[in-house]
Parts: sequence; C-alpha cells; structure tokens
Amino acid sequence: MEHYNMNLTLKVWRQKNTESKGGFETYDVKDISSEMSFLEMFDVLNEKLVQEGKEPIAFDSDCREGICGACSMYINGRPHGPWQQNTVCQLHMRAYKDGDTIVVEPWRSNVFPVIKDLIVDRSAFDRIIQAGGYVSVNTGSAPDANTIPIDKADSDEAFDAASCIGCGACVAACPNGSAMLFVSAKVSQLALLPQGEPEKISRVLNMVKQMDKEGFGNCGNIYNCEAECPKGISVENIARMNRQYLGASLSSKIQERPVNLVDPMNERG
Amino acid sequence: MALDAKIPEGAIEQKWTNYKDHLRLVSPANKRKLEIIIVGTGLAGASAAASLGELGYKVKSFCFQDSARRAHSIAAQGGINAAKNYQGDGDSVYRLFYETVKGGDYRSREGNVYRLAQMSGNIIDQCVAQGVPFAREYGGLLSNRSFGGTQVQRTFYAAGQTGQQLLLGAYGALERQEALGNVTVYSRHEMLDIVKIDGIARGIIARNLITGKLERHFAHAVLICSGGYGNVFYLSTNAMGSNVTAAWKSHKKGAYFANPCFTQIHPTCIPVTGDHQSKLTLMSESLRNDGRIWVPKNKGDNRKANDIPEGERDYYLERRYPAFGNLVPRDVASRAAKERCDAGFGVGTTKMAVYLDFASAIQRYGKTEVHKRGLHDVSEQKIIELGESVIREKYGNLFAMYEKITGEDPYKVPMRIYPAVHYTMGGLWVDYELKTTVDGLYSLGEANFSDHGANRLGASALMQGLADGYFVIPYTISAFMADQIRVPAIPTTHAAFDEAEKAVKDRIDKLMSIQGTESVESFHKRLGKIMWNKCGMSRNEKGLKEAIEEIKALRKEFWENVKIPGGIEEFNPELDKAGRVADFLELGELMCIDALNRSESCGGHFREESQTPEGEALRKDDEFSYVAAWEYQPDGSEVLHKEPLNFEVVLPSQRSYK
Repeated sequence: MEHYNMNLTLKVWRQKNTESKGGFETYDVKDISSEMSFLEMFDVLNEKLVQEGKEPIAFDSDCREGICGACSMYINGRPHGPWQQNTVCQLHMRAYKDGDTIVVEPWRSNVFPVIKDLIVDRSAFDRIIQAGGYVSVNTGSAPDANTIPIDKADSDEAFDAASCIGCGACVAACPNGSAMLFVSAKVSQLALLPQGEPEKISRVLNMVKQMDKEGFGNCGNIYNCEAECPKGISVENIARMNRQYLGASLSSKIQERPVNLVDPMNERG
Repeated sequence: MALDAKIPEGAIEQKWTNYKDHLRLVSPANKRKLEIIIVGTGLAGASAAASLGELGYKVKSFCFQDSARRAHSIAAQGGINAAKNYQGDGDSVYRLFYETVKGGDYRSREGNVYRLAQMSGNIIDQCVAQGVPFAREYGGLLSNRSFGGTQVQRTFYAAGQTGQQLLLGAYGALERQEALGNVTVYSRHEMLDIVKIDGIARGIIARNLITGKLERHFAHAVLICSGGYGNVFYLSTNAMGSNVTAAWKSHKKGAYFANPCFTQIHPTCIPVTGDHQSKLTLMSESLRNDGRIWVPKNKGDNRKANDIPEGERDYYLERRYPAFGNLVPRDVASRAAKERCDAGFGVGTTKMAVYLDFASAIQRYGKTEVHKRGLHDVSEQKIIELGESVIREKYGNLFAMYEKITGEDPYKVPMRIYPAVHYTMGGLWVDYELKTTVDGLYSLGEANFSDHGANRLGASALMQGLADGYFVIPYTISAFMADQIRVPAIPTTHAAFDEAEKAVKDRIDKLMSIQGTESVESFHKRLGKIMWNKCGMSRNEKGLKEAIEEIKALRKEFWENVKIPGGIEEFNPELDKAGRVADFLELGELMCIDALNRSESCGGHFREESQTPEGEALRKDDEFSYVAAWEYQPDGSEVLHKEPLNFEVVLPSQRSYK
C-alpha cells in the first residue's frame, strides 16, 4: 500500500493528577508516516517531549493488538477514533492527512476519574464483575467438558458477548454515561450457556445493583455504545439483560449473594 | 548447590499420583492463617490466585496493569492443547507428552511434561464449567483444530481469541474470590524486590504506580507468575508493559535462571515497516492450518503475488518437510523463512517477508459449501464468496487485524509475514513442585523454564499456565505450607523489609539523579537491535562475544546518560519503564552468555557452528543434555550449574519433520 508523511496539530488533554484541573495543550508533530499506528505517533511526540525536558503525555496502552482493552483515547469526539469496530492502538495514521488537527481527550465519564492526562480509573468495572460476573465453580470439580452439548448458535452468541474487552468506550460514548452494554455483555454470555443457569437470578440483580451504586447512568436507547464498541457488542444484550432483570425481580426465589459488597468509596478511597 | 528436581519415584504414569498420595496437607483452619503473594495476573497468576483463594489461603495478587483482566495472556490467539482425543484420531496423554518432549528438542524434563499432559484434559473441563465459550460443532460438542508439530487435532479454541476467553474465565474466578474476601488484588502495582528472612521468601517491596510510593507486603510464600522476557528484544509480540523485573529481582535474590537463551521466534508475524515500530503483531499459528507459505522461485521477482503463476512459486515448507508441510514446529518454520529471505527470495518492500496464502483454502472450502448446500452451476465468484465466508468464521478477527495494520485485504492478496520474538522458554529454574532455588519462592507459567525445552509447540503456553495455576501449585505449595503453620505473620517493620525497601529506594533515586540526554525508549531500542542481530534467530561465537561487550557498554552508558522526566512520588510511566529496561540490560548479557556456553543447536537456539548438511539444528546430546541454571553473584557475574536431563521414556533422536 502506498504510504505518505504528514504534519499534524494535536490538542491533547493534560492533567497532573485527579485533584488538579486539566486543560488542552497544543503540539505540532512532523513527518508522521501513514504506516504508523496512532499510538506510535504519540510515542514520537513523547520522545520529542522527553528530549525537550518536558513530561511526556501519559496514556494507557499494553497489548497494542486491540484485545487487552487498556487503550482509551477520545479522538475528535469519538471513543477510539474514526474507524468502526476498532481500538486506538489499531487505528493507523492513514486515517489522517497532512495538515489535520486532532483533539485527544480521556474517556468522558464521572465514574472513570482521570488519574493523569489520558489515563482514567476503570476499577468500577472490576467491582461490577465481582458482584457476579462468573460461574461459582471451584477448581477441580468440573464434569467432562463434553457432558453437556450446547447449541452452536447459542454458543456463538455467548462468544460474541464474551468478546468484550472492558475498555469502557461504551460508557464514554453514552450521553448518560451508562455501562449497560458492558454489564449486559457479561450477563448475556452466562445467560446463554447452561453453566450460567444456576446463578442467573442473583447474577443479574447483583451486577445491576453494583452498576447503579457506582453511579453509571441509565440506558436511553441511543445506541452510541454499540456504534462505538471496538468489538461490535450488540445492544440486543441490553434487551436480554432487561428481560433477565425483570424476570429475576419477579422471581419467588430471589437469592441474596453470600457476602455483602464492600463499599468501594470507603474501602479503596 | 546441587540441583534436585525432586521428580517422584515410579513409572512416569504414576509419578504425579504417587506425589499427591504422599503429600503433606494443611488443614482448612490453618490455611486461613497462611498468606501468599502472587505477582502477575495472567493465566498462571490468576488461576493460582483463584484456586489458592478457594482453598482458604489469604492471597494478595499484584499486577502492573489497571485491571487483572489485562495481563498479556489475553492476547493469545490460536488455542489450547488437551489430550482429550474427542476427534478419535489417535491422541492420548502419552502422545501429547511425547510430542512436547520431541518438540522441545529433548531439553525439557520428562516428569514435568508428562504431568502437564495429564492435566490438559482437566483444564478444558474447568474452563467449560466457568462458561468459557469454546468453538463448537453443530452437534453441540467441542471443536478442535491442528497446530504445528502434531498430526492430531487436539487444539481447543475460541475463534482467534482463545487467550482472552481463558483469561476472562480465570479473572472471573479471581474476582469471585476477591468478592469473598479471600484475595486482594493490587492493580497498578509493580513488584520491585523480594524480601528474604532466614533464607526464605517472606514478602515483596512493591511500588504503587499511581502514587509512586513504596509498599511492604508480607507473605509466607511468594509466587512469581510474571510472564516471559521477550521484550528484551524491544520488538516482540509481547505487550508494551511485559517485563522481566519480577523474575530478575528473584534471580538476584538467589533464584537460579535457567536456559535464558531459549527464545521462541514465531514464524508468522506482520513484518516490520520502519523505525517507528513499537511492537510486532502475531498472526496465529492456526492460520497455517489453511494458509500455504511460499516465495517466488526466481530471485528478485517483483510481480504482485497474484500475478506469479503457480509453477513459479516455491512452497518451501511443503518441499522440505512433506510429512508436516506448513505445520512444522515454529523454530523450523522460522528458520526456513529466514533462510529464503537471506538467500534473496523475500517479498515486499523490505524483502524480509514471505507469503501466507489462503487462495487454495478458499477454493477448497467454497467447493465444500457448494456440495453441502446442493448448489449446481455455480460461478467461480460464488465459490470464492462461500469459501471466504468459511475462512471469515475461522479467522475473521485475525484477517481484520491484518487489514487494519497493513491496509491490505488478505482475502484477496496473500498475507506478508516474517518471524518475530514471541515467547521465552527459559525462565526461573523450578523443581517438580514449581519451587525456585529460594525456599518459599515459586514460579509458574512462562516465568519458569520447565516444560517446553528449547522450543514450545503452539497452543501449549495456555495449557502450561493454567496447569501450573489450577492443578499443580494448589497441591505442591502444601508441602511447604505444612511447615509454616507455626509461623505467625511477620510484621513489615522487620529489618529485612527496611533493608529491601532502602535498596529499592536507592536505585530509584539513582535512576532519577542521572538526568542525562537519552530517553529510556532509545536505550531499549538499542539493546533490542543488539539482541536481535546477535542473539536472535541464529547465533555464532563471534557475534555473541561482541554482543556481551556491546551490552556492557550500553548498560554503562544507560546509568550515566539516561534521561527520566517527572518525579518519584507521582504517576511516572517513564520511571517505571526505566527500571524495567535497566533489568533487561542485565538479562540480555546473561542470555548471550548462556547462548555462548551452549555451542550446540537445539530448538529455537540455533548455533551456526552446529548444523546438519541440510541446515537443520544439530544437537550435541553428549555435551549438552542438561538444563543450564545460572546463579547470580554479588559482583554481577553468573555461575553455571547443570541439571542433567535423563530420558527414560522418550529417547532422544534427531528431530525430523520430513
């Protein structure tokens, strides 16, 4: 593929820490190859900042293969930038042309406070999983894996839901700051499989309860989440979770979780 | 110290059973008083933390990522092996064991590998029970595919995201234990030293990466599950944060480091495009099930791939290795690609690439679909469409990833691929119980050296990580813990904690005080180039000797001229990286020393001086049938200890895939 070089203007959110007030800073970057990834362009900029004795821009990034879910940049008003079903680390510079101005912010959500620059705290997602995002089986007691045949269509659908990378783009994209797509993906994965059946009532109730407690907003059927999800998780999962939730709420055998959840605000500051 | 692997007595099939039958146990009431620190939350670390938490131990789990779910096991693509023989194609525990020992070029321990093969089936059972959505057939049963170095179908998979699904299963189990209060996860924390008291590992010094503050954590035992050290090459398929620090600190505190030169160069990765490149991306080995690897028969053929007629293509793996063809093990496939490119047959702009072509698989699947659907008089176009849809279902995410990175459509033109650093077989020396040479200090998963010898077979890393964490350590740690029930928790005000914390603090202060002119990244890149050129896919005495001197000089320069902006007690990713690169600068030298010592070729370690007339790796069993375990000395030098490898079941022979 033909490649080219470009010069760009970047407006990047800089914030020293959670307490301090942040603001945009403008940077010029030169001779960026269209073959670079977006984060490699940031590497070039950071190298330059270090050379100038300035602090480089902090951003989360680990696998750079679109699967770990660490990277999280809000680019020109869109989580993960302009490409569909894509993470920032897989966005490549051929998406831009010489002279472009690019605005980069951290995830927009009150539940994901900024730690520094473009890095946010997404530990609320871990706490929601703790509330029930698993099957309660201890190691060592599982029956043979082929004991229960599973309809391939159900299994495939469960896999699609399970491919969520927990990046938080759904929350950042939602005007209500809702985490319904994230929560429903895990609820759906386990609801679609026979292994998830025994705990389906307590799971959906507890995960939704924790989601509300963290302060995420409600779903307004806008579907920004699906549009911006790097893994194309479907909003049908939200519908399934709502059905599960309704059914569970009306169930005569509502099970309490075996332990009370710790209060995240007191426990972890 | 003589190395005792503590392999149990008895026939190979009985060793693990015998071991478990005579194991000393710890009562549930006592387990509640015993604490364990686990560094790393990948497949090995997360599965160990969950399982030990379930048993009742008090577990503290550490990861440098923002969540346990992001450990790099998440990126494993192709699958996980298990000797289930669900396909009825002749698989068995013995065959998986045999192929793993052979695939590792007879440089692994039989006892450990047999146990791994025995555990493999349980892993699949456990994961399915957790709700891991493995691929299934229409009848509802689990599906399998082939991987390199085997002639059976034993690989379980979830599209090209198997590592993700397995890790999320283990992460769920871990989070469940956290909810129950049995495990505490410390994310964005980096382990910076081991604390030893009376010769036993009793805790760690960790740095909170958000505040920059140092913390002291006590435990009765410490487990290092921090993955491999492929990032010593700068460019690798590892994540940006993957590092050797936890393992290296353990090494400097007395844990021997085994076979450090055994590095796996994976044959199918997206080629390097330029100096800006920050990492390399793997294209799963599973693609070699359906993709055919070739280069033009004529040197310097500049035509587009699709314009080169069939007769002018050299399917060199099928030509050289007819029995295994495109599914030869990774070390063999990588060397063959290098050989073709070095000889001038490479393709693409840099000429350092070969083609991985799906055209014939698309045709084959297309025709099968036509049959299945009872279609007649279908156009060539329709056959291709149907074939592409089958390929999409099997490898869709990989093809999409390839297109995003290269801008080329691999359904229409062959992929261009080249080998890249992927996995490290070497690691902390451990015995049968996964214990290092330091009492109370264990190592699991890629961080240890034990099961893969000189070359790991595809889809075996996930198997080993989970076997160690779910099924081995919950038993073996009990042998040590049975002696700890009278040891009360040691306060972290103990002098050993003071001393360890001071050493960590002094090192950080020293790093920050240099304020030179060159960035950490730049030093890392320079180290990577030395390693790749002189300790990469092929090695020789002259190059290795040069590399040792170059690394020494580079390390000196680093400590005089590295530039780290920002402060210490704050979130400072440059400082985090500096500590890791400083450790790589020490490890790199040891890798070269080990490679120099091992003047034979075996598996991924190819010494140019030791090859057959056909250019295959030539082992020297008389001289080198041992594990090279290196002991760190206070002056920075390393002393070699040898653990002889005794093969009682699989007798070493020239490994052949022809």
